[in-house]
Amino acid sequence: MSSPVRRASAEEPEAVERRAFDVAEVRRDFPILQQQVHGKPLTYLDNAATSQKPRSVIDAITRYYRTDNANIHRGIHTLAERATVAYEEARVAVQRFLNAREAREIVFVRGTTEAINLVAHAYARPLLRPGDEIVVSILEHHSNFVPWKMACEATGARLRVVPMTDDGTLRLDEYERLLFDRTRLVAIGHVSNALGTVNPVADIVRLAHARGIPVLIDGAQAVAHMAVDVRALGCDFYAFSGHKVFGPTGIGVLYGKADLMERMPPWQGGGDMISSVTLDEVRYNTLPAKFEAGTPDIAGAVGLAAAIEYLGGLDRAAAAAHETALTRYAEKRLGEFSDVTVFGRAREKAGIVSFVMSCAHPHDIGTVLDGEGVAIRTGHHCCQPLMHRLGVAATARASFAFYNTHEDVDRLVDGLARVREMFA
Amino acid sequence: MSDLRELYQEVILDHNKRPRNFGPLPEANHHAEGVNPLCGDHLTVYVDVERGVITRVAFEGAGCAISRASASLMTDAVKGKRIEEAEQLFEQFRRMVVSGADDPVESSLGKLNVLCGVREFPARVKCASLAWHTLHAALAEKEETVTTEQ
Repeated sequence: MSSPVRRASAEEPEAVERRAFDVAEVRRDFPILQQQVHGKPLTYLDNAATSQKPRSVIDAITRYYRTDNANIHRGIHTLAERATVAYEEARVAVQRFLNAREAREIVFVRGTTEAINLVAHAYARPLLRPGDEIVVSILEHHSNFVPWKMACEATGARLRVVPMTDDGTLRLDEYERLLFDRTRLVAIGHVSNALGTVNPVADIVRLAHARGIPVLIDGAQAVAHMAVDVRALGCDFYAFSGHKVFGPTGIGVLYGKADLMERMPPWQGGGDMISSVTLDEVRYNTLPAKFEAGTPDIAGAVGLAAAIEYLGGLDRAAAAAHETALTRYAEKRLGEFSDVTVFGRAREKAGIVSFVMSCAHPHDIGTVLDGEGVAIRTGHHCCQPLMHRLGVAATARASFAFYNTHEDVDRLVDGLARVREMFA
Repeated sequence: MSDLRELYQEVILDHNKRPRNFGPLPEANHHAEGVNPLCGDHLTVYVDVERGVITRVAFEGAGCAISRASASLMTDAVKGKRIEEAEQLFEQFRRMVVSGADDPVESSLGKLNVLCGVREFPARVKCASLAWHTLHAALAEKEETVTTEQ
């Protein structure tokens, strides 16, 4: 699109005209928040599942479909050219968003899950032999667990799991102990979707690289809460989903170091990923097209670029401080309930409060809160190994974005009082 | 949304707090495990069947108020019933929880009618049905076992 891409990274702060952080003002940018649910103001506390979209993202997608829509690459006509430019500009926006070295290190995928599966298929599987190991952690979402389990089962390799302390902190000492000369890859989440723990990913990368082991970071829960600099982290792969960072569903990103991705075979065949095809031979395209078979989600990429631009206009440090204040406030207020147990008390946390109530199952909590207009998530959060570790089948989870307010937390707490009234 | 009290009626809250026929029945001649993969809830249903009649039935496991109360009410409802009657009850119950809000509720369901509020909460229909699906699986397994043993 024509609008200039503003940077979220701290590298050129003077290039960005930042607004002071004002929650009431920010909330006006999100049309969906201006509604009532069951006659109560919507209190959206399910941001870890998906975030809401600012008007600029919705408008960018609409504008793309109204004025520019065409299939990208190889098109001669004007719309095809416009769509191609919009798509490739989105790639550059993501490159800057992650501070990647080159735009070709950015591969558009459907989401974090597909990004991780791409690496599992195109990087890990061809490499793995019986006796090799992949290291994940107990905090992983199923999307950063199951692809590796499948790769291990297919190749005879072994999946090793870094444990955590009772407060939800990754055991870095145990992590280091697991690394050895047959460790082929480390795949660890940046921020836990179930507990909010922020993992020390720079240390995780450093310890692995000291032994020549590449690292994939699942950034699905991180990008909405903090500026991510893949070069500062040093990771080899970084994956995230557009919809968790105020962009649309259906678009996600795999960042991979160019030298690694150049050596990887394609994982899906089709249009766009080839340079030439004869009956006898297929030559593959270069990065990133090699990993983008078929027509991609062009409008999704355009929407993601608009989301990145929106974030670039926010004071992200102030937004993060606001989220931290909300999280601490929620923990404090939940502490008023003698029958509530909060899981995940790691020192470094981002925007998530996971809890159980002794009088009510999380599903019942979720239903009662919904009646009060409060949207939270209940269940195992696609983290069953973690739930087993915590000794529960499910939790209730409130997750925050910068547009949430202290009143949102108060409404959550009022709803929990209602739950206790019904079930205790 | 209709009032939450329609969903969480007193009978349901009572069966949730004090579930009937709760606990293992290790010597039961049939049992099956039921899992709701969406939420991780699980329960085990134990059934003793003699000459086609459910003589004893019990359940155990972890779940929400709706799934616990439904399981508890189910055990009360099917005890002493013939297998075909229990299956018929399951079919009527299933029809009730997926029916429209204004559809009439079959009177033959008796106490199970308290769960009709579930039909206004689509996300909770599976919670209410889990115990019944598990009972059905337990009875099916029994059928096979009986055939092999006789």
